[in-house]
Amino acid sequence: MAATLPPPRLLPSGDSAVTVEFSRTIDDAANERVLALDKALAASPIDGVTETVPTYRSLLVHYDPGKIGFDTLGEKLLPIATQPLPPATKARRWRIPVAYGGEHGIDLEDVAKALNTTPEDIVARHSGGDYRVAMIGFTPGWSYLSGLDKSLHMSRRQSPRLYTPAGTISIGGIQAGIQCLAAPSGWHLLGRTPVRTYQLHRTPTFLTEPGDRVTFFAIDHKTFEELDRAAEAGEIIAEQVVA
Amino acid sequence: MSKLVIASIGPASSVQDGGRHGAQRYGLTVSGAMDRLSLAAANTLVGNEPFAAAVEIGPFGATFTAKDGAVRVAISGAPRNADVAGKPVAIDTSVTLKDGETLTLGFARGGAFTYLAIEGAIRGELVFGSLAVNARAGLGSPYPRPLQAGDEFTVDAASGAPELRIELPKLVSSPIRVLLGPQDDEFDDANKALFLDSEWKISATSDRMGYRLEGPAIKHLHGHNIVSDGTVIGSIQVPGDGSPIALMMDRGTTGGYPKIATVITADVGRLAQTTAGTAFRFKAVTMAEAQDEARKFAQAIKNLPDRLRSSDTVELNIEALSDANVAGYAVSAVDSGTWQVTAEP
Repeated sequence: MAATLPPPRLLPSGDSAVTVEFSRTIDDAANERVLALDKALAASPIDGVTETVPTYRSLLVHYDPGKIGFDTLGEKLLPIATQPLPPATKARRWRIPVAYGGEHGIDLEDVAKALNTTPEDIVARHSGGDYRVAMIGFTPGWSYLSGLDKSLHMSRRQSPRLYTPAGTISIGGIQAGIQCLAAPSGWHLLGRTPVRTYQLHRTPTFLTEPGDRVTFFAIDHKTFEELDRAAEAGEIIAEQVVA
Repeated sequence: MSKLVIASIGPASSVQDGGRHGAQRYGLTVSGAMDRLSLAAANTLVGNEPFAAAVEIGPFGATFTAKDGAVRVAISGAPRNADVAGKPVAIDTSVTLKDGETLTLGFARGGAFTYLAIEGAIRGELVFGSLAVNARAGLGSPYPRPLQAGDEFTVDAASGAPELRIELPKLVSSPIRVLLGPQDDEFDDANKALFLDSEWKISATSDRMGYRLEGPAIKHLHGHNIVSDGTVIGSIQVPGDGSPIALMMDRGTTGGYPKIATVITADVGRLAQTTAGTAFRFKAVTMAEAQDEARKFAQAIKNLPDRLRSSDTVELNIEALSDANVAGYAVSAVDSGTWQVTAEP
């Protein structure tokens, strides 16, 4: 029988949520444990748990203190959270089209300059990556990706922009992102995708799930306009790769 | 069917309810009423479910006119002058507007948000079980944005039920209670003490996403960047400049600043009603106390119908209630332990 894994920290997030923290840093192994716990709770719900929010390194578990107390919940969570990870299952994989540079990626040239290379090289490195959706947060559909090429790690902008457009494809620190709605951001904007990771009145409303794999491919700006119109009409533009 | 037409309304007013649950894992925040107790009280007055959709009215005035029939409404939350055709309407009471009559509400006094509930509730298209406006995500129904003059709701014709008042315990000012964590270990003891022992004021730049707090700068032990993790309503995060932000209903579902403490569920509404510039303090409580208060708060909302009274004795009872408070029966709407105290003559 496999040994149990080291226990996570249980951090109170007020009286109705607990942060189950596996690591303080971005770490794929910790993220796998987060997603495994999330899956386990979906498969065998604990009475009183109302909602879970997976993030890079922790699972936020919302609960109703009228149904279950902090200590009892912790006692139920720990044995599940320390179980050896189940064998990896095949993740869904999305191919996401991106119009890089120009008006759609206003930071591409500056990023290339800062890294002493060409915009074409940045595009090659970014679209050559194999990413995983580590979490979705901040605004609807904003998918935070792990797996950014080390050579593209760079600190965020000194002052965040108050507006970045819907569909922004950007990098910040050691993270990459697919942003769905217009929002403030301090990340570097490399391009835009016509893909809506969140679209009301479409099935599914949310495209990506934590744990999904993602790759990018470059499209020209004319293709962007065409795909954008199709996406606006409710088509799922992202290609799902069946392994 | 009747209509309730908004003749005028100030900013920061929108349709809100109990919020949108179940999609925080996709980055969709909860939204919903800033002061859930007042929302529930207004709804209870007109016979609605406690968290039915109602109008959350910001600090400025508003006027509502009944059209194509009578409309029965109720107001609760931040007190303000209110009248129908020159006849005063007390806060925490219901009133029926005859066809063509207008309810005029003045500025909020001693609070920020007042809730106008409509008998039969506001109708619209539910998204994740809620009509609540989340302007950033383009959600909310019937208007996915703050309300403006000319907007109207199609509502039930007034039932003709007798008007009611709801006897809520008087609010007393006491510290906003918090639980330390989840990242209180990102701060040393001196800075935790600074947070708990200092006087704070809410900045005028606050909104439904977050309340910025003005006071001393809180310093981090290891810098202000942590790896983003989940937030809750009431999370108090400390960004690089050291000025804490209490996250409110339209918060981002995740955040990358250390969270020193979390406002307890029972006190979120009271923090929401604290006006910019008013000094207040925090007080740390234990998990046992916070969860006990959360359970009492939920029970208090369930028991609101027991607090309904006939409205014809309103003047007398308000006096009786304030007499009781002077006499030492002072109770707090948020200290639900004292909810059992009533001041019935």
